[in-house]
Amino acid sequence: MLLIYCPYCEEERSELEFRHGGDAHVARPTNMADISDEEFQEFFFLRDNPKGLIFERWRHIHGCGRFFNAARDTVSDKFYRSYKAGEPKPDIPGVTTATEKTVETYEATEGTAK
Amino acid sequence: MRKYSVFAVAREAMRGHKGWEAQWTSPEPRKEYDVIIVGGGGHGLGAAYYLAKEHGITNIAVIEKGWLGGGNTGRNTTIIRSNYLYDESMDIYEHSLKLWEGLSQDLNYNVMYSPRGVMMLSHNVHDKQSFQRHVHANRLYGIDNEWLTPQQAKEFVPVLDISASARYPINGAALQRRGGTARHDAVAWGYARAASDRGVHVIQNCEVKGIRRGPDGAVTGVETSKGFIGAKKVAVSASGHNSVILSMADVKLPLHSVPLQALVSEPMKPIFPCVVMSNSVHAYISQSDKGELVIGAGTDQYNSYSQTGGLQIITHTLDAICELFPMFRRVKMMRQWGGITDNTPDRSAIQGVTPVKNLFVNCGWGTGGFKATPGSAHLFAHLIAKGEPHRLAAGLTLDRFRTGRLIDEAAAAAVAH
Repeated sequence: MLLIYCPYCEEERSELEFRHGGDAHVARPTNMADISDEEFQEFFFLRDNPKGLIFERWRHIHGCGRFFNAARDTVSDKFYRSYKAGEPKPDIPGVTTATEKTVETYEATEGTAK
Repeated sequence: MRKYSVFAVAREAMRGHKGWEAQWTSPEPRKEYDVIIVGGGGHGLGAAYYLAKEHGITNIAVIEKGWLGGGNTGRNTTIIRSNYLYDESMDIYEHSLKLWEGLSQDLNYNVMYSPRGVMMLSHNVHDKQSFQRHVHANRLYGIDNEWLTPQQAKEFVPVLDISASARYPINGAALQRRGGTARHDAVAWGYARAASDRGVHVIQNCEVKGIRRGPDGAVTGVETSKGFIGAKKVAVSASGHNSVILSMADVKLPLHSVPLQALVSEPMKPIFPCVVMSNSVHAYISQSDKGELVIGAGTDQYNSYSQTGGLQIITHTLDAICELFPMFRRVKMMRQWGGITDNTPDRSAIQGVTPVKNLFVNCGWGTGGFKATPGSAHLFAHLIAKGEPHRLAAGLTLDRFRTGRLIDEAAAAAVAH
């Protein structure tokens, strides 16, 4: 079982309190009605499914109830760090090279919500 | 290849068992093959066998990173059934079940297919409606499946607790009598032996590190830990690692890989006559020929390649097993392991062409790939040989996530299956 750090509650809690929320930083198109089938497939279905570093969403469903993101290794299951929704992808020393451009999603506004 | 038979056993018994030959050869790779299959599990080895047997293509290599059947072929709970809801699923799983019935004879290798029956327990009104719908759909499609009352279920599985005071009361069950189990290792070994006999190269301990493509974008071969190996066609069937392999050709798949766990108990005398599944409380159980209870647990919720899985997933399943079969409460569990399953959003497999020319994929079998082994391999061989899917696998294309024509077995079964 994983121990997961919730950046809102600021403590490590058991995985039983959390629900996995799929890939992080997937930008929902703002013009959903206009995009092509290929673009919708890319947004909705296609995933990197990486072996190694993954950026993923978690929801502290039996705690504060909020979504946040985490960087984790999918081979060791070790968390590098978790961070609040809306924050850019963090640099993981020794794993990532440069920060990719922040993807603004609805989480950005959710991140600053009180 | 010397055939296995009762006469061979008698002959070897007279000679001190010195005449058995290696079941398959382990040649050094050639410079180029007509077809390279990535992944030496049941699906990949089977595809090589059917390519050689039915399509006359024998210049084939099956490349495996570890050892044969060391992935999910050797990690599953060996359940075989075809009682799915949708036509596309029934087509492929029933095709597979029919091949299971004659597989030992076809391969001259005892895969120990045992049609002992697969029973799916119903615990509430929703289960009952859903399973009866499955029963009717299956029977209309010519697949055996029948509805049992709790008493009939108890007659079939005497250790089942059907009392009204049970924590998970049982209000009926669906039974597919032709369903059952098989010996998983034997499936990989049997296909490897039969394929090797037809000239297929089975190359173990050889990791694929890249997919090389020509100027026109078509596949020209694979980079491996034993150097570059050329190929006219590359077919990937690497279960949990399909996304990793396909990313080498810049193909993204609608997959996420998660651990699925299983465990076995200490061996006991025969006590459990069939396979019992309860989707609602998540318990899968059967008894192997060695006498171990073989129990399938659920998947973890997060992407992982760790081949372990969380303990709470197992305890959840064991809680349910102990409630359904109170006499198993004192049984010791001996071994636990995880396999990495590649799951699609609609929980149906993908078998088809990819955007890259001459690159084929067989993936997304998720938590239910073992039962499909012969059928999937047979239809995958057709796809590789002809370049287009067989009629029975026509719905399983990668393209369905663009067109929206999903095969939503996830909704039909209400669980991963």
